[in-house]
Amino acid sequence: MQIFPFVVVAWILAVGLYGIVTSRHLVHQIVCLIVAQSSTYVLLLGVGYKTGAVAPYFFDVPDHTPAVDPVVQALTLTDVVVGAAVTALLLSLAVQAQKRFGTLDPQELVQLRG
Amino acid sequence: MASPHIMAVVTPYTVPAGLMDVLQVALLVLVAAGATALVLTRDPLRQVVLLSVYGVLLAVLFMAFQAPDVTLSALTVGAVILPALLLLTLAKVRRREK
Amino acid sequence: MTPVQRRWIFLGAIAALVAFYLWGLSGLPGFGNYPGPYGDVINRVAVAQTNATAVVSAVNFSYRGFDTLGEEFILFVAASGVSVVLRHLRGEQERDDASADWAMPRATDAVRLAALAFTGPIVLVGWYLAAHAQTTPSGGFQGGVVLASAFVLIYLAGEFLLFKRISPVDITDAVEAVGSGGFAVVGLAALGMGLAYLANFLPRGSTPGAVSSSGTIALISFFVGLEVAAAFLLIVAELVEQTLLARQEAR
Repeated sequence: MQIFPFVVVAWILAVGLYGIVTSRHLVHQIVCLIVAQSSTYVLLLGVGYKTGAVAPYFFDVPDHTPAVDPVVQALTLTDVVVGAAVTALLLSLAVQAQKRFGTLDPQELVQLRG
Repeated sequence: MASPHIMAVVTPYTVPAGLMDVLQVALLVLVAAGATALVLTRDPLRQVVLLSVYGVLLAVLFMAFQAPDVTLSALTVGAVILPALLLLTLAKVRRREK
Repeated sequence: MTPVQRRWIFLGAIAALVAFYLWGLSGLPGFGNYPGPYGDVINRVAVAQTNATAVVSAVNFSYRGFDTLGEEFILFVAASGVSVVLRHLRGEQERDDASADWAMPRATDAVRLAALAFTGPIVLVGWYLAAHAQTTPSGGFQGGVVLASAFVLIYLAGEFLLFKRISPVDITDAVEAVGSGGFAVVGLAALGMGLAYLANFLPRGSTPGAVSSSGTIALISFFVGLEVAAAFLLIVAELVEQTLLARQEAR
């Protein structure tokens, strides 16, 4: 349990990168990029976790209860939303690529020129 | 000196640490399996459905890591917004593929 | 380079990366043994300093407000980028509005009922989330995406013309600009008063965790909620419009 979450992070990243490298469809590649990004969210939250601690919200628990790290949670939550917007930008690039070159296969797109 | 809160309900932390560990390990295994399934599915349309499920799994994992804010974002983004964007893109490119 | 060669090179590279990562991991404290000190310090002082019981939102909008401003601008640029990339190419024109509703397969009654029935509650929940950043797990980002998903529901219910009418591009653009500009202006107002940029200068309120307390945090969260909702609405509207474009046959 000491390093199991971090091993899972490495697995998700490796699997996502494998999908990107061996993909034959641009939209499939973008979904694999989403998977690779999600590994970083798990890593950030795993780093800040304290065993036996509560969430850092002191609305209904007394002050000074041991709580997990709030800074990594703040980073992750803005990351999730902004990652979705950047994914939308990539999807629009895929749409225009299909209009210009007629294909969505990344391995064929490499060979087309002009 | 902090002034007294408006305390709604006092919720002491009652889950034993061992149970929390088991929950987190189970969710991590499910997330790893979900990621593998998502990558190995080659048809983008099926991937969209799997992405929705993966988003919900991630959200529950974040909840088990004591991060409710991140759960809210991940749930909405992963289960609603991203599948909507992907489906709109697929509708556009499939019409041209025909 | 053939795909098989690419695969083998990739497997070698990823093995090296994972080995390096695991070697670096061995020097860290294990999972669950977070050593601090920054997180512990913030947990201890945040409620007293900002009168906000949601420490994550206090970190997002007050202690690390500058980083959130940068992320919000990434969102803004991504939405503008989608509009620029999906501009109409030469020879494309939009199909006639009257045929737009008709060209799509009609949504079934069950989908329409569920989508239209849930739109009102979802707008309410999104507004609640954007307004309560400092009390409970909520905040501008979550509220904004929930609001955007309400608009997606309207599109799913098949009410495409209604969707176009309630999301005119100029108004959505203006709302998005007000959202991101508002955040920057709150920081500049603090500068104008002689404090640091984005310092918390509004009255903090008396009880921690009340909706009106915590100064600029609630205000910034409201602006962020506006901006995120408008940005995602713009993105979805652009993609929807793409499904309607018909290419004139090249002569």
